[in-house]
Amino acid sequence: MKLTLSAFLGRIAFSALAALIGAAFALPLLWFLFAPFNARAELGLAVPDPWTLANFVTVFGNNFAVRALWNSLIQSVGGVILVGAAATLAAYALSRSALPGKRAVTYILLLFSSVVSGSAAMVPIFLIVSAAGLMDTHLAVILTFAGGLLPTAMFILRDFIDSIPKSYEESAMVAGASPVQAFFDVALPVIRPGIVVVVVWSFVNIWGSFLIPFILLRSDTNMPASVAIYSFYSEAGTPIVTLLAAYSLIYSLPVIALYLFVSWKFGFRFFGGIKA
Amino acid sequence: MTTTQIETKPKRKVRNFALLSNKAGAAFLTPAGLLVSVFVIVPFFWVIFVSFTNRTLLGKTALNPEFVGLANYFTLFDPSNFLQRGQFGFSLILTTQFVLASALFGQALLGLLLAWLIQTVPPWVKRITETFVIAAWILPEVVIGFAWFAFLDRDQGTLNAMLTSVGLPKGDFLLEQPFWVIVVFNTWRGAAFSMMLFGSAFSSIPPSYFQAADVAGASSWQKFRDIGLPLIRGHIVTDLILITMWTFNTFTPFLLTNGGPSYRTELVSIYNYRVAFNDFQFGKGAAVGVIMMLINLAFALVYLSLGRKKKG
Repeated sequence: MKLTLSAFLGRIAFSALAALIGAAFALPLLWFLFAPFNARAELGLAVPDPWTLANFVTVFGNNFAVRALWNSLIQSVGGVILVGAAATLAAYALSRSALPGKRAVTYILLLFSSVVSGSAAMVPIFLIVSAAGLMDTHLAVILTFAGGLLPTAMFILRDFIDSIPKSYEESAMVAGASPVQAFFDVALPVIRPGIVVVVVWSFVNIWGSFLIPFILLRSDTNMPASVAIYSFYSEAGTPIVTLLAAYSLIYSLPVIALYLFVSWKFGFRFFGGIKA
Repeated sequence: MTTTQIETKPKRKVRNFALLSNKAGAAFLTPAGLLVSVFVIVPFFWVIFVSFTNRTLLGKTALNPEFVGLANYFTLFDPSNFLQRGQFGFSLILTTQFVLASALFGQALLGLLLAWLIQTVPPWVKRITETFVIAAWILPEVVIGFAWFAFLDRDQGTLNAMLTSVGLPKGDFLLEQPFWVIVVFNTWRGAAFSMMLFGSAFSSIPPSYFQAADVAGASSWQKFRDIGLPLIRGHIVTDLILITMWTFNTFTPFLLTNGGPSYRTELVSIYNYRVAFNDFQFGKGAAVGVIMMLINLAFALVYLSLGRKKKG
């Protein structure tokens, strides 16, 4: 009896500790649950009185703010399409072909992708983009992210394809399909869950990024939301809190939606280096 | 696609059987290969080249940089001011302390604790705790930066409101303790990764091990120390290397402190940004980039050699 009592108390203590840590993690975010709906929001935590959508109306009435969200979308979707398509093809080749030296290629890519981080390579990336004449274009951001995210995306997908039995495509080829047909008609539908993971992962990475667009873009018309958000400051340099709060919430929504989607569909399992 | 179709003749590839012929394989690899070459591999070599020049963003040397040998490196490692605030040495030491405190100590220990706690608590506690820990990790960095700016505000911030309500004095933490602010900030931001990695490692341990320990009357701490910890040792090493590399390269604290006040939170990534894009000294910035990449390379080689051992 004594043992079970102490075990019971232990479980309560564990739950209390876990809940306490959870609360500590929630604290800095609580402000975001209230401030966007408060027309007089300040930096302090306050329950809106009354609750209102006025801040959102202001954001959507601001052309620059809407434009920036649109730019984020262009850059993220563009990057995701490139990463998804190129990584799928490459991962399939790494998994299913007998190319000589593919192990060495894999190793070198893995090595470079972890060595060349955005913050270490900002100077050469800036110089390459400006030498290519792509400075201040969506394409610059899209290509830079595609290159940077591809190695990891390829490895996630290669592992995924490796785990699929070759017999799927083999039987298609016995039935007369060419290898390329076997890839598009047989392998691709089976790989799709892996592609979804890679696509979601790249989207979240590009959508949330700050440094690369901050360096590569100059004009207001190309700024993504992550950079544009810093223009919501008054001339005195103090933040316009109501706008910022509502805008931050809108800007976070796609990420939250994708997270919910992935955890609903796949149970947010753990995929190696899910974040670059 | 039609050309590759004609070129591939799988029937003749009996000896070296693969689903995809070498030609088709090479074609499949080309788009990714090009992108990675231009934006990952070329920058690696270009940064080394630029670091030997006096290239600037503006002015005469922007177009016609001169070769200056190791001059940029000598400036970075100039012993007369190496450790002064705003200099490279100060930044490097600051970053080392930041990695030790926020990644190796903060994220890893908190992640380990959370992963262990979450296994035994009721599902609803687990779900709520996980939700907030993961939210801190996945939300966009600028949003997180602003949330913390509001949270720490001297006059109205939630933290100071809480301190006042229990009778403690207010503090202007971003000015008074900037280093510890970014340490706590980064711990908070990144603990989710370690939690999930350790969580999946713990759940791969056969439950019978713990049941046997329960029968023997082991406490949770004993189970953790004698069963959990030894069995996930490999995962711990992986986790430590990855979070070290990410924390070393992170730029996110810039969004909270701008590297200030007076360079007190200027990590090497932020130092690199300031030298290259505020002072416009690309050559010197490139030299910082080279040193960062060499440090990354050391960690990456250790990481990859561990992965090889596991497979081999």
